[in-house]
Amino acid sequence: MENAAYSQDLAAVWLTLKLASIVTVLLLIVGTPIAWWLARTRSAWKGVIGAVVALPLVLPPTVLGFYLLVAMGPNGPVGQLTQSLGLGILPFTFPGLVIASVLYSLPFVVQPIQNAFEAIGERPLEVAATLRASPWDAFWSVAVPLARPGFLSGAILGFAHTVGEFGIVLMIGGNIPGKTRVVSVQIYDHVEALEYTQAHWLAGGMLLFSFSVLLALYTLNPSRRKAL
Amino acid sequence: MHRLTLLVALFLASLGTCADEVQVAVAANFTAPMQKIAAGFEKDTGHKAALSFGATGKFYAQIVNGAPFEVFLAADDENPARLEKEGHAVAGSRFTYAIGKLVLWSADPDRVDAKGDVLKTGSFKHIALANPKTAPYGAAAIEAMTKLGVLARLEPLFVQGENISQAHQFISTGAAELGFVALSQVFKEGKVTGGSMWAVPASLHQPILQDAVLLAKGKDKAAPAALLTYLKGENARAIIRSYGYELR
Repeated sequence: MENAAYSQDLAAVWLTLKLASIVTVLLLIVGTPIAWWLARTRSAWKGVIGAVVALPLVLPPTVLGFYLLVAMGPNGPVGQLTQSLGLGILPFTFPGLVIASVLYSLPFVVQPIQNAFEAIGERPLEVAATLRASPWDAFWSVAVPLARPGFLSGAILGFAHTVGEFGIVLMIGGNIPGKTRVVSVQIYDHVEALEYTQAHWLAGGMLLFSFSVLLALYTLNPSRRKAL
Repeated sequence: MHRLTLLVALFLASLGTCADEVQVAVAANFTAPMQKIAAGFEKDTGHKAALSFGATGKFYAQIVNGAPFEVFLAADDENPARLEKEGHAVAGSRFTYAIGKLVLWSADPDRVDAKGDVLKTGSFKHIALANPKTAPYGAAAIEAMTKLGVLARLEPLFVQGENISQAHQFISTGAAELGFVALSQVFKEGKVTGGSMWAVPASLHQPILQDAVLLAKGKDKAAPAALLTYLKGENARAIIRSYGYELR
C-alpha cells in the first residue's frame, strides 16, 4: 500500500483524537453547570431543559446535521451572527465540527454527572454549610470530589461518542483532509471506493478502541454502571 | 410458535404479492427525472418501481455484496460494465440511457459568469463537488479543472459531498458559494431553476455516459425487463431530454 494513503489515514486518526479531546474538555466545562442545575433545581423548567439536553440521544444525526447546516450557513441565524463578527461561516471548518460535536455528545456527559450529583443528596452539602463553607467552596471541596466517578464516566463517554460520530460530520464537514475528514468518514470513503484493506485497518482499530474504552469504564468504575 | 409461523407465512405472502415491483438503484443525479419516469411507468404498465438514490460507487459495492437491486441506472459506464464482467449483471443488457452534463452552479444569481472565468479569478471560500473517488461527476469536475489549469488554486477550497446530491445541497444552502453539479439538478422544463451557472464544455472532460443494466437478481422477471424497455421508449426519452441530458 502506498505511503500517501497511509498518511491520509493517520491524518484522519490524529484529527479525530484532536476533535474528541477538545470536545471533551468543552463538554466538561459546559456540562458541569447544566448537570449541577438539573440535579439541584426545583424549577418547573427542569423537565424542559432535561429533555432538550437529551434530544441528541434520540434524534437521527441527519436531523441535527441538516438543521446545523441550515442554521450555520450564510443565510441562517448562526451564520449571520458569525459573519457579522467577521468569522465567516462554520460549516466545512474544524470549529464548526467542534460546536456540532459538543451539541451531539452533550447528554453523554451531562447525564452521568447529573446522576452523580443527585446521588450525593442534600446532607453532605448541609454539613459543609454548617461548617461555614460557602456554596462555591462546598461545590469544589464536597460535591466535585464525591461526584468524581460521574465526571470520569462523562468524560470517557463524551470522548468515545465524539470519536464515533459520523452522520453530522458527513452533513456539515465537506470531507476536507486535515480539517473535517475524521476516521469514520475516512472509513466510509474507503468502503465506497472498495479499498477494503485500508477500511479494515481503520474499522478494526475503531472496534478495538471502543471496546477498550467501555472495558475500562466497566472494570475501573464498576459502581457507575448505573450512571449510563 | 404457531403465531410465529403464521407471521412468517404472512410476511412471505406479502413478498409474493409485490412480485411485479422492481427494485432500482439510481444514480443521485438522475433522481428528479427518474421519479417522473417511474410515475409514468407505473401508470402505463401497472408495475411498481421502488427507487433508491445514491452514489454509483456505493451501489456497486452494495450490489457485489448481495443488495436486492434488479436494475441499476449508474452515473457512468464503467461500473455497469464491471458488474457485467463479474457476472452480477445480465450480459448484453447494458445501454446508455443518458449522457450527463456537468455545470458550475451557484445559488447566487451574480456569482457564476457565462464563461466560467470565476474559476480563474473569482474569490470564494468553498467550491463543492461530489467525491471524485466514487462519483463520476466529481471525477469529471477534477478533469475539467485540471484542463483549465485551476486545480492547484482550487483544491484547498474543495468541499466534497458524499454524492452529487449532497454537493448540490452544500451549494443550495449557500454553505458553499459555488460548485460542480449535474445540469439535471438545476434544470427543469428547458431552463435553469435559479442562481447562476456555466455549462462546462464537453471538450473539458470525458463524456459522462450513464449506463443502465439489468442485474442478476432481476433476470427473467417481468417488471425489471419492462422498466428497461420503458426507459428506451419515447415517453422516458422526452423526460430525460427535458432535464438537459443528451441522448444517443
